[in-house]
Amino acid sequence: MFMLGPIGFTAPWILAALAALPILWLLLRAVPPAPIRRRFPGVALLLGLTDDETQTDRTPWWLLMLRTLAVAALILGFAGPVLNPQERTAGSGPLLILADASWASARDWPRRLERIEVALDEAGRDGRPVAVVTLTDLPAGPPAFQAAGAWAGRLAALAPKPWEPDMEAAAAWAGALEGGFETFWLSDGLAREGREALLAALQARGGVRVFEDPRPVLALRPPVFDGGTITLSAVRSRPGAAAELELVAQGRDPLGVERELARATLAFAEGAREAEVALSLPGELRNRISRFELAGIRSAGAVSLTDDALRRREVALIAARTDREGLELLSPLYYLRKALVPTADVIEGGLADVLPANPDVIVLADVAKIAEPEAEALRAWVEAGGLLLRFAGPQLAASDVSRAEEDPLMPVRLRAGGRTVGGAMSWGEPKRLRPFAEGSPFYGLAVPDDVTVRAQVLAQPDPELAGRVIATLADGTPLVTRKRMGAGQVVLFHVTANAEWSSLPLSGLFVQMLERLAVSSRPPQPSAEELAGTVWSPEKVLDAFGRIEDAGTLPGVPGERLAEARLGPDLPPGLYAGEERRLAVNVARADTVLAPARWPASVPVEGMGAQREMMLAGPLFAAALMMLMLDILASLWLSGRLGLRPAATVALAALALALPAPEAARAQESEADARAIAATREVTLAHVLTGNARVDEVAAAGLRGLSRVLFQRTSVEPAEPMAVDLERDELAFYPLLYWPVTPDQPLPSAAAYARLNQFLRTGGMIVFDTRDADIARFGASSPNGRALQRLAAALDIPPLEPVPADHVLTRTFYLLQDFPGRHASRDVWVEAAPPDAEKVEGMPFRNLNDNVTPVVIGGNDWAAAWAIDPAGNPMFPVGRGFGGERQRELAYRFGVNLVMHVLTGNYKSDQVHVPALLERLGQ
Amino acid sequence: MSTAPELRQRAEALAGLLPPLLAHAEHLAAAVLMGAHGRRRAGQGEEFWQYRAARPGDEARAIDWRRSARSDAHFVREKEWQAAQAVHIWVDEAQSMDFASDPELGTKGDRARLLALAAAVLLVRAGERVALAALGTPPRTGELQLLRITEALTQPRDRPDYGAPEVRGMPPHARAVFISDFLGPLEPVAAQLTKAADRGVKGALVQILDPAEEAFPYDGRTIFESMGGELRHETLKAGELRGRYLERLAARKAELADLARATGWQFHCHHTSQSAQAALMWLYAALERRR
Repeated sequence: MFMLGPIGFTAPWILAALAALPILWLLLRAVPPAPIRRRFPGVALLLGLTDDETQTDRTPWWLLMLRTLAVAALILGFAGPVLNPQERTAGSGPLLILADASWASARDWPRRLERIEVALDEAGRDGRPVAVVTLTDLPAGPPAFQAAGAWAGRLAALAPKPWEPDMEAAAAWAGALEGGFETFWLSDGLAREGREALLAALQARGGVRVFEDPRPVLALRPPVFDGGTITLSAVRSRPGAAAELELVAQGRDPLGVERELARATLAFAEGAREAEVALSLPGELRNRISRFELAGIRSAGAVSLTDDALRRREVALIAARTDREGLELLSPLYYLRKALVPTADVIEGGLADVLPANPDVIVLADVAKIAEPEAEALRAWVEAGGLLLRFAGPQLAASDVSRAEEDPLMPVRLRAGGRTVGGAMSWGEPKRLRPFAEGSPFYGLAVPDDVTVRAQVLAQPDPELAGRVIATLADGTPLVTRKRMGAGQVVLFHVTANAEWSSLPLSGLFVQMLERLAVSSRPPQPSAEELAGTVWSPEKVLDAFGRIEDAGTLPGVPGERLAEARLGPDLPPGLYAGEERRLAVNVARADTVLAPARWPASVPVEGMGAQREMMLAGPLFAAALMMLMLDILASLWLSGRLGLRPAATVALAALALALPAPEAARAQESEADARAIAATREVTLAHVLTGNARVDEVAAAGLRGLSRVLFQRTSVEPAEPMAVDLERDELAFYPLLYWPVTPDQPLPSAAAYARLNQFLRTGGMIVFDTRDADIARFGASSPNGRALQRLAAALDIPPLEPVPADHVLTRTFYLLQDFPGRHASRDVWVEAAPPDAEKVEGMPFRNLNDNVTPVVIGGNDWAAAWAIDPAGNPMFPVGRGFGGERQRELAYRFGVNLVMHVLTGNYKSDQVHVPALLERLGQ
Repeated sequence: MSTAPELRQRAEALAGLLPPLLAHAEHLAAAVLMGAHGRRRAGQGEEFWQYRAARPGDEARAIDWRRSARSDAHFVREKEWQAAQAVHIWVDEAQSMDFASDPELGTKGDRARLLALAAAVLLVRAGERVALAALGTPPRTGELQLLRITEALTQPRDRPDYGAPEVRGMPPHARAVFISDFLGPLEPVAAQLTKAADRGVKGALVQILDPAEEAFPYDGRTIFESMGGELRHETLKAGELRGRYLERLAARKAELADLARATGWQFHCHHTSQSAQAALMWLYAALERRR
């Protein structure tokens, strides 16, 4: 390749043509512009005048220069210039392009795709078959080697996955391959177990080249919440210079809008691989955080979703009012407060004060009666997902709550009185707890021996009782019962919350039970034993770029797999919901350490630095074309053919410079403006375009005929009628729309209907003409009638009635009782008069509605009766002989009345008052 | 003899041509306020002119007895002479009149015909007799004459490149109007004017020019041709000719004005870009002035 600085030429011998440019210069110089022939009567005065000088025979130098440059650009373009041409040795044989495509390569994925494209281009030029394989999504069999062009179209669908490749499987896959090929490996730059095995398998087939981004890979570890502060740490794969990263906490604000809740700076010290920052946030804010992310890094590793571990639950404690003061240890809430304050946010107050705060849990300690409005609110709160935790006590035992019928806010019916065991007045021992049954939320908790129950309330044996018991005493009587209600639940401890009836609140079991009921927060990561046997359904999943997506229909994940925590296609990072809690699975775990990949010296490693080749032929051709365009303009201008108005010249130049878009938009706008001005300058009648050319033509001709009659006979002087496209045109300019109905007319769009309804509401009138009164009566008996019903279904049309004899349409200009068109049916419908319209004594008409009727519906084919051709002759015969002409005349009169009605409204209706006015004037 | 449908078709084609020009001309004429048309001397007419003492030879029935009774002498009541004037109109129909630099302006010929017909409408309404040179008939009055003139004006005919006025049968002391662009040779115009002046015929010359003919907005290498193609002139730099062309045009106008002054005519130069109303007003005044 011939090189000229950074530019190479693929066909350098064409450059020899540049030598011909001076000859071209001489040739072009000698040719004068062609003359224009003009007809001009004043030539008689010109005869005998001679030109002073003959210098314009020659083309001006700047025009020559322009042409020469254009030709030079063409020659250069044909010579195939390439900027930054790649000097490379052409390989041979198949090429395997292997990409790690893990979350770590998501950050610079576009550049990787570009690099793959370059490799494909090269292979395409060398005619090598190529296969593109991603390690995170291994093909089942050997790779399909195809022409490079076949892959180019599929590159866009290549996406990284949010997990790491399974190197063992990859090595096994590579080991099974046969035949020789060269490998180009786009590594994500992370050290990984099993990479050497894969490399060896590939090297056995042929050379391996590696491509790696020299920048470090970053990952954000999950937040650690301890003692009121959240600690976040990030790791990077290579120790490098000091760097600062922005850490952003995202979550919903009180309005439910996703926004940034907090921001901190993570600073990597020079040479350090880890950076840490501590965030101290108020509980309200902290509870709402849904994820942390490193700002500006598009990678799943830079995002850490948060789960319940960060949340502190809000618990409302409510006790029955006690009159006794100072007996702290006897307070029903004392032990609850002790158990909950370290792990939850506790609020106390009346039920009415607490409910608006929407706590997670409400604890009612020995509260029997709840006022009806509060109970209603409480029920709604429970059904929306709240947990209502009730404790029994003397008051509950004494009340008749949930006695005969189950109270909605109690899990079971209670027997009157309760029972006491092991007291002074009873025989028997205080009862112990039976170990928790499988299926109970407390299953697995150890029951200490020293927990005894001395008194309790008893549940009525009901059919559902067995299903609702989650803890029992040794003799089988229920101790804790639970009922699901909507999304929430009601739990009743059949003992008191203080140590009066049992020693349960004194034991550690009490705290554990509260934990299990999700009353208090739990340790962040459940152990493998806890997870065993559970199924977790993904709610939100992360893609490799760190974007959160809805999980959709992804299958549930067994708890064992979750405990393993190795991400894969069956366990993408995301938020998983279990029975009572949610668990975040992140790319980076608390113990994640990133190490850079190490390659043997025999493998060439390429950085991101490859410069792209750039073909310059296109821009050169464009420049040449542009210059030739300018040349046309300049030649026209020189020979005086361009016109002399500078504005036109500028416009032409703008056109030539290929900037037509804004011009076109403006032209369109001005076209709409011109139409609006034409429609509003005079009264303009309009008809709706039906799509049937013949019908539209007749409608236009009909309105033209009507306009002419109006012009001749009335003070309404309409302009030429217009056709209206419902989808495009503004309707507000027209007082009247004539709408001929055809059976095959398409339904207008929703937007068009909105405009039509607006038109009707603001005083417009639509005249529907089914044009079939000769064969059908009003109704759905004809195809046109059915089409009309279909069209008008979405319109805002009031009740209708046939035109009454005293309707204002019968006397707006002419006195009419019939409204014939080409057909003479009497079925013409208008808006019904209000039912209370009554004929006043002595008046000729009823005092009718004030409005213009928004629709007139008929089938008399009025347009055909009105239609005239351009010479003013009727287009269609109406009736026969003189009677027919009379009918046409009546049709015109109906048209005049119609337009008068639209334009003057109820003016003629007001004439009913004339007698009264005259009478008054007479006095 | 043509069949009825054929006749009707031809008649309609003809009628289709007539209304626009006539209607436009009448519209134009309607804007000119009609004044008194008396001849400022005693004669035949309707309007009272003066009383004069009766002279021998006056018929007895000519004596105004009411006036005479108030004095001792006899008086005769004289009426103002209201004789109709004959006006000859010549409209240049040469091809050079077909020129229009901008289609919106319309050709010079259209403007000339419009002016001629509007003037004819005005004159006929004033009771004058009008003749069109192209018709060759003696001057007549009445709506029928207007229709004849309209028809003659809209009839296509064989035309030269440049026209020359040719009026036959002009009676002495008549009026004449020549409407042309006067870009052709001037000698026939001068001859006709001299001939008219000899007979005591006074009138008006209306020169109609296109704005392009006034401005000469041309540039570059151009071949100018007359409308019929008989004359041609090639130039390499039309812009250079502008000054000299305008000089010649001014000289031509001055010559025409001199000619008009010498023969007692009026000269007016009208451009198609101007309102036809102004030209008609001038024409009307010019015909009125010498009455």
